[in-house]
Amino acid sequence: MTTRAALLVLADGRFPAGGHAHSGGAEPAVKAGRIRDAQDLADFCLGRLHTTGLTSAALAAAAALGLDPLALDEAADARTPSPALRGVARKLGRQLMRAARATWPSPELAALAEARPRGAHQPVVLGLTARAAGLGPADAAHCVAYEAVSGPATAVVRLLSLDPFEATAVLARLAPALDQVAEQAAEAARHGIDALPAASAPLLDISAEAHSAWPVRLFAS
Amino acid sequence: MSVTATARIRAVADGRGATSLPVLESGGPLALRRTRSPDAAFARVTVVGAMSAPLGGDRLAVEARAEDGARVSVDSAAATVALPGAGPDAGPASYDVRLSVGEGAELHWLPEQLVSAYGSELDMTTRAELASTARLVLREEQVLGRQGESTGRLSTRLTVRRAGRPLLDQQTAYGPGAPGGWDGSAVLGGHRAVGQLLLVDPAFEGGVPAPRLLGPTAALTPLAGPAVLVTALAADARLLRAVLDEALKVLLKESKALRNA
Repeated sequence: MTTRAALLVLADGRFPAGGHAHSGGAEPAVKAGRIRDAQDLADFCLGRLHTTGLTSAALAAAAALGLDPLALDEAADARTPSPALRGVARKLGRQLMRAARATWPSPELAALAEARPRGAHQPVVLGLTARAAGLGPADAAHCVAYEAVSGPATAVVRLLSLDPFEATAVLARLAPALDQVAEQAAEAARHGIDALPAASAPLLDISAEAHSAWPVRLFAS
Repeated sequence: MSVTATARIRAVADGRGATSLPVLESGGPLALRRTRSPDAAFARVTVVGAMSAPLGGDRLAVEARAEDGARVSVDSAAATVALPGAGPDAGPASYDVRLSVGEGAELHWLPEQLVSAYGSELDMTTRAELASTARLVLREEQVLGRQGESTGRLSTRLTVRRAGRPLLDQQTAYGPGAPGGWDGSAVLGGHRAVGQLLLVDPAFEGGVPAPRLLGPTAALTPLAGPAVLVTALAADARLLRAVLDEALKVLLKESKALRNA
């Protein structure tokens, strides 16, 4: 079965799953003066990719491989100490679930939606969605790893009025690292839930808590 | 010459409200001493570094078990400094901490900082297995480089399971050879001291403390279970400790109030 087009549909930023409202921690980083230009954005994206990007990609790969989604959801909780980020992950998971069930209905998606009516962690839902679309663990990992950097890059274009060509060039230069992280995530998934990476980013966790308390913000996270 | 050694602690409730230590076994550079506890209900153990360790190639481990109802506090006399090995082929060192806390038991694991010296390579893992009514206070601090020095390579993983289910899983990798971006604006933002303080307390089943910021680079976050984690970044070890000490004081007070409620 050929699945390349299904991967494009799932990875498309226009897939109606609500991701565009989130900056992946870029908004507080811009406010704190930690992202001021394209080079800062590249550093931010590389750090995010190798931490939460890898962790999320591995959860997605494991779900796509058919590991127990409820156990993966619990593993995702343990890897997300920030309640603000757990809330975001579940909200995005719920939105993706709606889009996924309309696009690629499957009994596994229905069962997870029923077990987690308020939303499962987004990478777990994405992995199951990939599975329903006939995609594999490496595809799911690629999708999530790419989201981990494309969200901040798009957000920084708006937050800093950064040249969109420059932001896209940042993403293009990250391509080898993205491939490597996706491969690592898919490989880890083959060794069971306990072997999944748990790479964490202290500054993302701390600033997510600060950001969620802002009275006015452009992005939800 | 690299060292392979394991130190062991086993604490049991003596049935008269105190805790005894039937196993207190030093291993290689990790010498254990029973020390005087400010709280009579707790036994106290201090890890005394008998020599500089870990060096490249060393494989060190500490196992501490608090059996049902036991209360024990473990600290250390000085910071642990990861140093390069003797030869160019010494390889990375490993340091594995294994904690287990039984029903109604309490373990305080409060070592001094782990300092990653220039040229060193250390892989550290900490695993805690908690019974459902266990209490745990755990502090971890990593300092990247000694004064004015750049850091070695340090990887850590902290895994806490409660009643057999995952509660917290955190992995870090810093220094030369770590995946890119570790020092950037998503991960450390140039800070050289990073620490976590974890308090797991069944009393939090009745209401876990609300999330709050403890400064511009420190946050207290309730986990998805009866536990609170403080994550802090600072310019140096002293500033980091000040944040974690203050957080510990407040958290112990809050958990005590919950238990007496």
